[in-house]
Amino acid sequence: MAMLKKSAIWIAFAVALLGMPQIFDTILAISILNQMAIAIVFALSYNMLLGQGGMLSFGHAVYFGLGGFLSVHALILIEFETMVFSILWIPLIGGLFGLLAGLFIGSFSTRKAGTVFAMISLGIGELIAASSLIFSSFFGGEAGISGDRTFGPTFFGVDFTQNIDIYYVATFWVFLATLFMYLFTQTPAGRMANAVRDNPERAEFIGYSARKVRFISFCASGLFAGIAGGLFALNYEFITEENLNAATSGRVLLMAYIGGLGYFIGPIIGAVILTLMNSLLSNYSELWMLYLGIMFLLTVMFLPRGFAGLIMMHQVAWVRGTLTLLIKPYIITGVPAILFTLTAILLIEMSHTEDEIFHFLGMALNTSSSVTWVVALALFGCTFFATRKSLGQLNEAWETANAISKDEQT
Amino acid sequence: MTILSLTNVQKNFGETQIIRGVSLDIVEGEKHAIIGPNGAGKSTLFHLISGRYQLTSGNIRFKQDQIENLPPYEIARMGLARSFQVTNIFPRMNVFENVRCALLWSKGYRYSFWHLLGRQRELNDKAMDVLEQIGLKDKALLPSGELGYAQQRALELGIAIASGAELIMLDEPVAGMSHSEAESSVQLIRNITEGKTLVMVEHDMNIVFDVADRISVLVYGEIIATDKPENIRANPKVQEAYLGEVPSA
Repeated sequence: MAMLKKSAIWIAFAVALLGMPQIFDTILAISILNQMAIAIVFALSYNMLLGQGGMLSFGHAVYFGLGGFLSVHALILIEFETMVFSILWIPLIGGLFGLLAGLFIGSFSTRKAGTVFAMISLGIGELIAASSLIFSSFFGGEAGISGDRTFGPTFFGVDFTQNIDIYYVATFWVFLATLFMYLFTQTPAGRMANAVRDNPERAEFIGYSARKVRFISFCASGLFAGIAGGLFALNYEFITEENLNAATSGRVLLMAYIGGLGYFIGPIIGAVILTLMNSLLSNYSELWMLYLGIMFLLTVMFLPRGFAGLIMMHQVAWVRGTLTLLIKPYIITGVPAILFTLTAILLIEMSHTEDEIFHFLGMALNTSSSVTWVVALALFGCTFFATRKSLGQLNEAWETANAISKDEQT
Repeated sequence: MTILSLTNVQKNFGETQIIRGVSLDIVEGEKHAIIGPNGAGKSTLFHLISGRYQLTSGNIRFKQDQIENLPPYEIARMGLARSFQVTNIFPRMNVFENVRCALLWSKGYRYSFWHLLGRQRELNDKAMDVLEQIGLKDKALLPSGELGYAQQRALELGIAIASGAELIMLDEPVAGMSHSEAESSVQLIRNITEGKTLVMVEHDMNIVFDVADRISVLVYGEIIATDKPENIRANPKVQEAYLGEVPSA
C-alpha cells in the first residue's frame, strides 16, 4: 500500500514535469522551466549537505560550477569532433566531475561539521572562484567559456536547437537525480547522515565514523550539483566565474532554506519560488533582491521549517478533517496582511523611484505630493494594526482545529 | 574468563590527575558496578574504555585486543556498547529510526548506499523486537526528542543494546528517575543484559547491591576495593570513603 502510494507520487512527479511545457508554452515560460529544472537539482543536492547531513556550506556552487565548466568543455570537444556522443549525456560528465571535486575537497573538509566545515567551504569557494579568473585556459577568465550544443549526433531526430528540447533532456535528468537523491535518504548511508547531523558523538558509539558518513554525503552532493551544472551548460551553452562564486552558493542556500530543509520536497519548493522571483519579479522591480532578502529574513524568523514546513503544519487538521475551520480565519487575516504587504511595497517603490508620477496597480500616484505619502503611510499603519489584531482569532481557530478531541484522548 | 582488562590506566587533564592508575578485570558474564563519590572519575573511566578520551598511560584489553586510544566506532564494532549519563539520542529522528541506526553496523550494512532500508525485513523486525523489549513499540513513529524523560532513558538503553554487544556499559541508567520508574528500569536492565556482561556506574545503592555480582569502589581516581557486595559493605576503607553511608543503605 505504502509502496503503491510512493509509486503514485513519482508517476505524478513525472507527469507534472512532462506536462509543464504543455500548459506554459511561451518562450519565456520554457526558459523559466529550464532554470527551475536546474535549480531543483542544485537545491536538492545542497539539502543533502545541510538538511540531511547538518553541513552548512557556503561554497556549494564550486561543484555546480566545476561540473558546468567541464560540461562546456565537453560540448567544445563534441563541436570539434574530438569526441562523438549525444549531448544527452553531458550532465553525467558534469556530475562525475562534481563527484571528483567532492572526493578531493571532502577528504579534508568533512573532518568536522559546524563552524569548521562552514569556514572551510567558504575558503574553498573563494579559492576556486579566484583561481577560475587566473587559470583562464580552463575557465576562460572573466568572459567564461562557451560551446554549442547543436553539433553532436541527433537523438532520434532531435537536434537540440530549441529550448524545449533541452527542457525534455533536463526533465529526464531532474527525474533521475531526484529519484536517486530520494533513494539515498532511504539507505544506511543516507540514514546515518541524519544520525550524524543529530548527534555525531553518539553515531560513533554505534559503530560509525561521523567523518566517513559526512564524506559519503558530501561526495553524493557534489555528484548531483555537478549534474545541475551540466544542465546549466546545456541550457545556456556558456558558463562564467559567476556560476561558481559565493553569490551562487548563497542563492542555493536561500532556495533550500526558504523551501524547508527538513523535508525532501522543501528545496524543490524553494527552487521554484526563487526561480520565479528571479525571472518574473525582476521584470517588475529593480528591488527584487531586496524583497528576496526580506522574504529570507521573515522565513528564518517565522517559518524556520520553510514553506514545506508551513504546508506540513496543516497535516493534523487535514487528517482530522478540521481544515475547513481555518478557511474563514485565514481570509480574515489574509486580506489585511495582503493589503499591508502591498502598501509596504508601495512605500518602498515610491522611495526608490525618481519619476514624479508612479504607476502602481493601475493607479497613477504623484510622488511629490505629500498627500500621497500621508495616505500611503496611514494605510501602512492601519493595515499593520488590522493584521496584528486579526492574529488572535486565527490563533484561536488554529487551536480549535488542532485540539485533541475527547474521544481521541481516551 | 576476563572480557575486559584495565592495566594501570591513567588520565590527566593538564596538571590534574583524574584517573591514577586503575587496574580492573571484568569477568565475562558478570554484572559489575562501579561506585564512588562525585568527582571520583567514574564517567571519565567509562570515556576512557569506550574511546571517547585518550589515555595518558596504561593498557585496556577487550577480549583479545588492545583497545586503548582506538576511536569509539572501532571499539563499538568489536562488541562493546555503552549508554550515557546525559541522554544522548538522535532527537530529530523517530524512535524506530534511532534503534534501527544502532543496528546497522552489527547487521553488516556498513556505509552502504545501495540497500533500501524499507526492504530489509530482518533488520526492521529486529528493530521492532528491540522496541518491544524497551517498551516503546507504540511510540515507534514519534520523534524521539518528544519522548518523556523515562522513555528517552529507555531509548538510550535500546540504542546501547540493539547491536547485541557482549559487553554493555551503562552510565547512571536510572539517574533522575522517580522510584517507580527506576524500578521498572532495573527490571528492563536485567532483561536486556541477560547472558551478557554489564558494567554500570550508579549512585542508587539499593540498585547497585540488588543488581551487581561484584562492585568496584572508585575514590579520587583510584579503585580502593573490588569485591562481592556483602564484602564491600563490610569493608572499612569503603565505609571511610562513604562516611558510613553504604552499610546503612
